[in-house]
Parts: sequence; C-alpha cells; structure tokens
Amino acid sequence: MQELMKAKAQEMLSNGSVTRVLAWKKGDFETNPEPAFFTKHVDDMVYNQYCATNLSNFMVGVEKEEGKTLVFLKPCDTFSFNQLLKENRISRDKAYIIGVGCEGVKVIDEMQETGALLEKCNVCTKIKHMVYDELIGEDVTRRVTDDPLTRFKDIEAIEKMDAGERFAFWQGEFSKCIRCNACRNACPPCGCKKCVFDNDNYDTAQKANVTTFEEQMFHIIRAYHVAGRCTDCGECTRVCPQDIPLHLLNRKFIKDINALYGEFQAGADIETLGPLTDFNIDQDAEPSIVYDRG
Amino acid sequence: MKRIGVFVCHCGTNIAATVDVVKVVEAAKLEPGVVHAAEYPYLCSEAGQNMIIKAVDEFGLTGVVVSACSPRMHETTFRKAAAKAGLNPFMVEISNIREQCSWIHKDSKDGTEKSIILTRAAIAKVHLNEPLHPGESKVTKRALVIGGGIAGIQTALDIAEAGFPVDIVESTPSIGGKMAQLDKTFPTLDCSACILTPKMVDAAAHENITLHTYSEIEKVEGFVGDFTITIRKKARYVDMKNCTGCGLCYEKCPVKKAPSEFEQGLIKRTAIYTPFAQAVPNVPVIDKTQCIKLKTGKCGLCEKVCTPKAIVFDQQDELITEKYGAVIIATGYDQISLEKFGEYSYNSPDVITGLEFERLTNAAGPTGGDLIRLSDKKKPRSVTFIQCIGSRDTSKRGKPYCSKICCMYTAKHAMLIRDKYPQIEVNVFYIDVRTPGKNFDEFYRRSAEEYGVNYIKGQVGKIIDQGEFLTLQSVDMLGGKRMDLQTDLVVLATAIEPVKSVRIIASMLTASIDTNNFMTEAHPKLKPVESPTAGVFLSGVCQGPKDIPETVAQAGATAAKVIGLLVKDKLMTNPCTAESNEKFCNGCSACTKVCPYGAIAYDDGIVHVNKALCQGCGACAVTCPSGAMDLQGFSNRQLMAEVDAICR
Amino acid sequence: MSVGEFKPLVVAFCCNWCSYAGADLAGTSRLQYPAEVKIIKVPCSCRVNPLFVLRAFQKGADGVIICGCHPGDCHYSTGNYYTRRRITLLYSMLDYLGIEKGRTHLEWVSAAEGVKFATVMNKFVEQVYELGENRRLEDWRCKS
Repeated sequence: MQELMKAKAQEMLSNGSVTRVLAWKKGDFETNPEPAFFTKHVDDMVYNQYCATNLSNFMVGVEKEEGKTLVFLKPCDTFSFNQLLKENRISRDKAYIIGVGCEGVKVIDEMQETGALLEKCNVCTKIKHMVYDELIGEDVTRRVTDDPLTRFKDIEAIEKMDAGERFAFWQGEFSKCIRCNACRNACPPCGCKKCVFDNDNYDTAQKANVTTFEEQMFHIIRAYHVAGRCTDCGECTRVCPQDIPLHLLNRKFIKDINALYGEFQAGADIETLGPLTDFNIDQDAEPSIVYDRG
Repeated sequence: MKRIGVFVCHCGTNIAATVDVVKVVEAAKLEPGVVHAAEYPYLCSEAGQNMIIKAVDEFGLTGVVVSACSPRMHETTFRKAAAKAGLNPFMVEISNIREQCSWIHKDSKDGTEKSIILTRAAIAKVHLNEPLHPGESKVTKRALVIGGGIAGIQTALDIAEAGFPVDIVESTPSIGGKMAQLDKTFPTLDCSACILTPKMVDAAAHENITLHTYSEIEKVEGFVGDFTITIRKKARYVDMKNCTGCGLCYEKCPVKKAPSEFEQGLIKRTAIYTPFAQAVPNVPVIDKTQCIKLKTGKCGLCEKVCTPKAIVFDQQDELITEKYGAVIIATGYDQISLEKFGEYSYNSPDVITGLEFERLTNAAGPTGGDLIRLSDKKKPRSVTFIQCIGSRDTSKRGKPYCSKICCMYTAKHAMLIRDKYPQIEVNVFYIDVRTPGKNFDEFYRRSAEEYGVNYIKGQVGKIIDQGEFLTLQSVDMLGGKRMDLQTDLVVLATAIEPVKSVRIIASMLTASIDTNNFMTEAHPKLKPVESPTAGVFLSGVCQGPKDIPETVAQAGATAAKVIGLLVKDKLMTNPCTAESNEKFCNGCSACTKVCPYGAIAYDDGIVHVNKALCQGCGACAVTCPSGAMDLQGFSNRQLMAEVDAICR
Repeated sequence: MSVGEFKPLVVAFCCNWCSYAGADLAGTSRLQYPAEVKIIKVPCSCRVNPLFVLRAFQKGADGVIICGCHPGDCHYSTGNYYTRRRITLLYSMLDYLGIEKGRTHLEWVSAAEGVKFATVMNKFVEQVYELGENRRLEDWRCKS
C-alpha cells in the first residue's frame, strides 16, 4: 500500500496536479514516522502502522498557500477533515484526498512496540472514509469492536465513583500537566488562530501559573470548547507527554450528547448543526436530568 | 485607571432602615479607583441627580456607580444624569441594594455586607466599561394592530386620527370582538352594539385605516421602527370588491348545521355566512370545512344566486408583506374551557356561561332576547348565577387571578332579568363581590337593594340536572348551612383567559408573556402599555383582565405611546451589541448559527455583526471558542470581573 | 474556618428580562431569601459563559445558580434553548469531575414568579449549606 501511495504521490507532483503532498515521512527510528510536506520527491514517505498523526490538522497551515495539496487520510482522520471544512478552516477544492486503509495504530513505548493498538483503535467504529477523491487499500480497514458503547466503558467506570473519588482521580491527572500545549496543537477543532488562553479579552491569559484560573481550568475549558466538535480522534491523549487521559473528558461530552440529544458524530458530514448550536424545543432534557440520574 | 464615584441611596428608609449606607460608602472608598463616595436620601430626585452631576465635574469622574433600587427602575434616570454631566451614559452601573438587599434581608449586618459586595461588583464592572454609542435606525411610520375588538379598534382610531396609517389584522371575518356579542354594558346599561357599531364603521371608513379581516400574522422580522410583517389573508371565497353584502347567498345556502361562533354555538349558521348583521366588512366568508361545493365539488348554489359574481371557489390564501414601525397586540380573551369542571354540569343545556347569557338576553340573539331554558324552551322560574368559576382558583384546572369583569356583569345580568321579568327569582353565589370603579358599587347595590337580587355568600359544590330543574348542592356561608337549591337556569361566571394564539404571536414578536399567557408590561406601573420588547405595545385584555371603560382608556394610552414612537424620524439603537474581534475570529461561523436575528454574516474567513439587527442576547459570545465575539456592555472581562469581585 | 461559621457564597446569574425581574418582584414583595445569594445580571441566560461558572468555583464560590426565562418565553426567542443544552452538559461535566451536583443549578423563573425565585434560592442555599464548604476547585492542581 505504501508503494502505491508513493507512486500516486510522485505522479501527481510530477504532472503538476498538486503543489505538495502531505503524508508521513521516516523519522529517526522506524517507529516514529512524522508528518511532512513533500514538494519534489517522495522517497522518504512511509505509511505503516506507526503513522498515527491525524494529518487533517496540517491542512489548516497550507490553506492560504498557493496550489492544491494531496493529503493521505486514514478513515478516522476524514472526520476531522470534515469538521475543519464545516468550520471554514480549510477548503475542499484545495485538497486532493486519498483515503488510505488502516489496520490500527500501534502503541510505542520507549521506541518499542508494546504489542497493543492505541486505545482509540481498540474501540474504533470509524471504518469508512467520509470524504475523499480516491481510495487506496481501504479494504484492510476492519471494525475492531461491534459494540459502539465499548468506548464509553472507561467513562462509566469514572461515573460510578463517588464525587470525592472522581475529584481525586482528576486532581491526580491534572496535576501532571506541564502546560506544554501539545494537546491543543494536535487537536483539529482546537485550532483557534488565537486561543482564549492567550486572549486578554477573557482575563484568562496570565503569566504566573499553578494557582491561576488558566492552569486549573485549561483542560475543562478546552474540552468544553471542542464539545460537539470533537471527532474523538484521540490525538490529545496520544501526544500528551504526561499520559493524561484527556480523551476521557471529550468522550464524556460525546456520551452525554448522544444520550441527551441523539447520536451525533462530529465530522460525519458538513451540514448537520452541531449539538451546541442546535436545540429541540420539546425534546431537550431539562438540566435536572443531571441530578435525577443519581 | 478610572476615576470612579460611588453614590449610595437611602431611598428614604427603604434602603437605609436595613442597610448601613454610611458603611457602604466607607467600604466603597477603599476600592481601587474610587475617588469619591457619598450617600443621599433620594438619589433619583432632582437634587440627588444634581449631586452626581456636580461630583462628576468636581472629582473628574470617569465612571459612576449608583447603589440604589433595581436598574429596571432608574438606570435610565442615572444614565441621563451622567450624560448631562458630560459622561458617556454607559459609564454608569447600578448595584441593586433595595430589591436585592434591604427589602429581602431583615438582618442589618447581612444587608449591609451584601450591599458592600454588590457595590464592589459594580465598581469592578465600571472599571471595564467603555463609552458606548447608540446607532440610529429608521422609523416606518405605520402601525399594525393585531386584533379587531374594541381595544384594537380604539387604538387604531386614535393612531389614525393623529395622521398615521394603521392596519388592523383580525382573525375572524368581522371586527367587533367580544363587545359585539354583549347585550348591555355596565354600569350605565347602554346597548353595546349602539356604542360599538359606530366605531366599527368609523374604523372601516377611516382613510388611514386598512382592515385585514379573516387574516393572521404569518411571520415577523425586524425590530422597533422597522418590522417586516407577513399577513396571511385566509381565502374567503368571496370577492371583497364585488360583494354588495345583499345576503342572498346565505339565505340560499343548504348547509345549516355549523355552530355559530358569534352566537356561542347556541344556534347554527350556514356554510357561507357573515358572523352577525352589523359585521364590518359586511362580506360573507365560506367555511371550507362545511361548504358542500368545496368539499365535494357539488352544490354551488350561492354562486348561482350571486348576481355581482362575487363567489370565487378557487380563491387562495394571500400573503401580504408590509413594513411597520410599531405593533400593538390587542388579541383579547376567551372564556376558559369548562372541561375540567365536571361538577357544574356544563353539558346540561340549562347551565350556560356569562357570554352565552349575553346572547340569550340580546334582542338580536337566537331567541330575540326572550329568556328561556334551552332544554324545554320554557321561561325559567328562577335563575342562579355562580361567580368565580375557574377564577381565583389556585388548583391546576383554574386560573389564580380574578377575572375582574364577572362581578359587574353578573350584577348587570341579574338586574336585567329582574327588570324585564320581575317574577323570576335571581340568586347569586359569590366569594366576594368586587366592584371598584366609578359608579360600580352603586350599581351592584342597586341590583341587590332595588332589584331584589338574592346574593348568597358561598360556593356551589355540585349541580345536578334533574330535567325539570337543577339542584345546586351548596353552602350558605353567612347562614352557616348546607343547602340544596332548586333553580331552572344556571349562569356560570366563567374565568377569562388570553386567546390561545397570543402565545404564538408573542413568540413571533419576541415579546414576554407571563405564566397565565397575559402579555407582560415593560413596567407594571410606569410602563403599563409597553411590552419589554421595544416597538411592541399592549392594548386590552391581552395584558390583564379589564372591562370596557378600562380597555378604551388603555387603548388611548397605547395609541399615545405608539404616536410618540411614530413621530420620531430616527431611533437610537441599543448599543449593547455583539462585536467580533477579527484578529481572533477563526471564521468557524458557529455564531451565525445561534443568532436569533440573523445579525451575523460570514464573509471571507471572518464574521461581521450587523449592529442594527443585533439585540444583544450574547448567545454568539458564548458559542465563540476563540473569544473573538464579545458583547459590549456585558463583556467577558466585565462579567468575569463581577464574579471575581463577588468571590473575593 | 470551622464548620459552625460556614457561610456559603452563592453566585446567581439572572437574565435581565425574566429572572432578574423575578428577583425584583421577590424584593418588592418582601420575600426573604438568604443574603448568601449574590446576583449578576446578564441580558440572557445564554450569555452565561461556562467560563464564568468555572471562575466562580475557582474563586471560592460554594454554589452557582443560573436563572433564565422559561423555555419558549425567552426575550430573544431562542437563547434559553442553547442555555439548556450548554449548561446541562457543563453541570454533568462538573459532576464527572467531582464537583457535587448540589452546587450547581439551572432554574427557569419568569418575571411574574417572585415567589418561585425566593423559594428556589432558599432551597438552593440550604442544599449548599448541607454540602459544606467547597474548596475543591481551588485545590485542583495542587499536588497532594
């Protein structure tokens, strides 16, 4: 599949149908390929089960550049692409999308395979490409779980704790944060030109850390800002150097949204109103539901 | 740093009795930026305002905090005072230490402490206030009155007389409303039709008034001064221009089974009909649910007899769109449904409502004014009125309010019966008799004293229809005894409620409505005929129960307010609008999706707010993930500062 | 601060058209509710940014209550429908993070419901009293 992709990329670059190719290139080790733009030759391009990075996010960076970009997207990455499209961050006509099949991304620890797949791959349901111009090797993609609810198991486990335990759990997790902003940078919907945490209009931007509003609330506010927009691509958790399970925040919103306002998958299309920019006059739950469910 | 002045009002003893105003002043002085703080017995008075104006000059104030009553009361007053002192009016913030402190907290320590905190929050906000400048918008010099009863007619006539064009939209085929159904009016007993019909004719003939009967409001866009409203003129199937109102059509109509709305269903009408003889316009409509031709394609008798060829079976609903500067809601009332009041046996033909009695006693009514029992057409030997059916009823099935008109119309009904048929015995069951109003109590006493109406304090628990007569299981509270009263006819003083459709109309106009479906006034005392939504005015029972004299008086007041708006060439717009900082805007356009006014447009990567359309709700500011969208006057920083000041 | 002295701080966001007017009506009707409640006026409940709620908790509020017009009665027609979704999700998230759900509340109070306003505030403050002091958000990121 990698060779087919490379050949196609080289062909499109050579005949001028695209100006650049967005794909993965070989890193320092075999296990850490990194996202890269290719403008002439694609010799270093790779595609394997280590290619984790969601390339949709990098399309924002070339939106204002001249010419068309060939981008390779795994099925789950196409949801992010759609979400960015919906939010006018990128244009469909500036991209040539080749959807590539995905057998799941392997977990790497200390540059070694652990033998496991990423958590998001274990519960993956996004096996179809939502947007593409052509497909390569799409038939390798398989649905890992038949039960779409398995991805909410971890959420349910936290919900079952008592308030004190929940607080302690998150206190433990948030305390690890070094505010490196890796989650923010990797997250497609979290790609504000200027983040509220850098915006004086909110009084959220402050220099001193640790006890400030920003520090304590960063992850909650980030999760809230992407609620209804998060495709559950899992990049936040994957890139966190401190191993904070950030997807557990996003997925809690997804779980609530699905339960309260009907199944919604961000990025499945570009027309449906997001759950927080929409309402149902008669059917929306009253907030008391939070209290009633014990 | 701003130079802030803090002014604490005693409101006589309203505030000062509970809140230690001197302490509030002392505490305010310690806040950063506060260069002057003072208290005064009545800040809203001329002298109080002058004190603020002088202080602005003397201390070079750039921001003002007034700790006093609710901003809903005097915010405008103090903003005007600030403007007089040369300050931008939006540099004034009010902290509400009367409604939120002195009036609800008995403990002086609590009240004072809280006043200090609320004042502190206002100071924190003022620090971030920026001068705001209202924009201008045009005024379309035309008014729309929704509802063609006495309230709507009078409002329209008064506005039209002042020289402004007015349209009346009435959902039924004729204007006139409930007043057209009444027989006599209290407390003078003059004939309702005799005083109403000339007004109906005046309205129809007035060069500034356009009537849209058998029409409804379809869509509302815009805002004060510049509403664009679509009216649906329902198909009448009769050409208004050609029809001469001769009435041959309904004489010939073979359908004679539709209950007459105007006669409260006491008799039947034809499929093509005019609701009553003096209808304005005097053009019939075809009830498409009844007409054989429209249902089956056969018949068409009316078309055959109509010489001016006015019957148009293929007529369609027509949509008219017109611009208006002001809208008056005058939708009136209905009697409540008695479905849930099974104990009163309303299903018996001899138990009727007040409005049904009006028709029964009316010379133009179904019996020609002859008072009879509907079951056996016999003259009743006794008639019993029961008050407060569903009024002052705190159970879910009724209405908690007093319907206000029933005591007087019951006295009127009782008097009319005794006057015309002295042999009929008349009883009235009441909780209280409420007759405030000019010559009202005298009127009620006359019914009891001169006309011998038998008033019984008490309620009726159950009415049993015995065929020949009705038995009322009741209590005479003054006599302290249970009794079974036999009577031939019962009239229920049924509670009135705003017409159901007013909720839809209010929601189209974004005007507030209360839990009883009455329209909310901008202020219950000081702005009783304005809705809180600018450009929307209230007339008649839609705002609260009232009788005819009150309605006509209110209609005039409403008209005066509308005229006051329409004479203006330009309006100042609300400057507390959303504003997008294009440096921060991602162009995601989520804000455009939540804006109820379509005031935000996405264009080439960023959004723009149309200030003339924005009403300042702030939905967009919260939707915006990057914080690019903010609401002037209630900015993120201002509200955060208030939170911080309270949680300090 | 010992438990005996505990006096909670409750921040109430009230929309200008209904709930703030409802609070005024409670005032003019002289209906008592605890001085612990401090009201912040917003044009519409949909103006309440979840950030404000978080900020209040971070700065030491013991309870936050948001009041708006009843669904269908919003002065801006649709504002409270957005509030309903946003705040429901926020409160659910706060609960998930370990902030007792008794500390958050959303209530619809019309301009005519002075009695309801006072009742709601009395009930809510009592509930916050029972939960005791809320230090939790302040402590969130401090390593234990």
